[in-house]
Amino acid sequence: MDRRSRLIEIIKKVTKKDAIPAADESLFDSGILDSFALPDLVSALEQEFSVQIPDSDLNPRKFDSVERIEEYLDSRA
Amino acid sequence: MAFIREFGCWLPEHVVTSEEAGSWVGCDAEWVRNVSGIEERRFAPETDTVAEIAARAGADCLERAGMGAGGIGLVIVASGTGERAFPGPACTAARLLGAAGVPAIDLPMASAGSLFGMALAARLAPAYGAVLVIGAERMSRVVLREPREKGVAILFGDGAGACLISPDAGQAEIVDSVLASDGAFAEDLFLENGAPLKMNGRSVILHASRKIPAAIRSVLHRHSIPAADVQAFLLHQANQNLMDKVAATLGVAPERFFSNIRRYGNTSSASMLIAACEWRRQEGFRAGAPVIFAAFGAGFHWGALLARGV
Repeated sequence: MDRRSRLIEIIKKVTKKDAIPAADESLFDSGILDSFALPDLVSALEQEFSVQIPDSDLNPRKFDSVERIEEYLDSRA
Repeated sequence: MAFIREFGCWLPEHVVTSEEAGSWVGCDAEWVRNVSGIEERRFAPETDTVAEIAARAGADCLERAGMGAGGIGLVIVASGTGERAFPGPACTAARLLGAAGVPAIDLPMASAGSLFGMALAARLAPAYGAVLVIGAERMSRVVLREPREKGVAILFGDGAGACLISPDAGQAEIVDSVLASDGAFAEDLFLENGAPLKMNGRSVILHASRKIPAAIRSVLHRHSIPAADVQAFLLHQANQNLMDKVAATLGVAPERFFSNIRRYGNTSSASMLIAACEWRRQEGFRAGAPVIFAAFGAGFHWGALLARGV
């Protein structure tokens, strides 16, 4: 499974929604992600991609779309 | 050493339902309950000052402790809603309590102010004697400011809580505390004089969801106490969903987290001590059992305090 597919599976699992977001679609504006699911998404990303996300990077905008999450993961690579 | 001797609180009589608060911003009561757990909050009369409601909670605490104002060595008042930049409410609250002449310190901190006050009091009590820590908030003034925002208007209420910390005896010993602050996120939650409250709710929840459990784990780890062994968690009553999330992160049953947000809303720096006051009446400290206090708020400031029943 490629990274984007893994990412979408994480989003579906965390949000408990089957909607598949477009890569540039805001997860918040589309109603897929809410404030209380965001911490779970961040924790799931850390676990799935073996990255430690420091508190200084805890900006909701970094996790607002599939593309932004990918950009963030690239920056952490 | 320092001990928690007693708690006190004061709450206004006027109840504002979530139907009413929701109607200000086009939301129904069910939505308010779902996003916050709040069914009602209380608003103080417009003429009440932060100092006055602080003094009422302080007087309640002293009465429960069976102590007169003459026994107070230091007063600390936390509030994010003081009427003016200076002087803050602490000196007036102390005077109203009959403790004029006693040093009185303001902590202009929302939400986490009472926690910081308790941690400071534990260090200062051996030097000053009994410290009366008070958190008092008139959040209704903020709620009612135009333009009213959905995330703010439904959330907050008024109230005051107090805690008497003694250097020699009490119901629980204050064992340790962990405090932290990070100004990098100061713009995510702030209140300027006379202006509406500005809150990036997503950021606040994201940070609080991680920082509160981390602080609790840190202070428990220092003393090799598993979270499952904690008798009760007394948190700043910010949002029921947040408290449930902290409980889940720690792997603790949510029933261990005392909650009264359903009835009072988020009373900012007052909420943790109001919760502690009600918890004390319903359950109270058990000898030897650890109890955790924790809070997170604008700044960001956050932390946790460990007490153990005597």
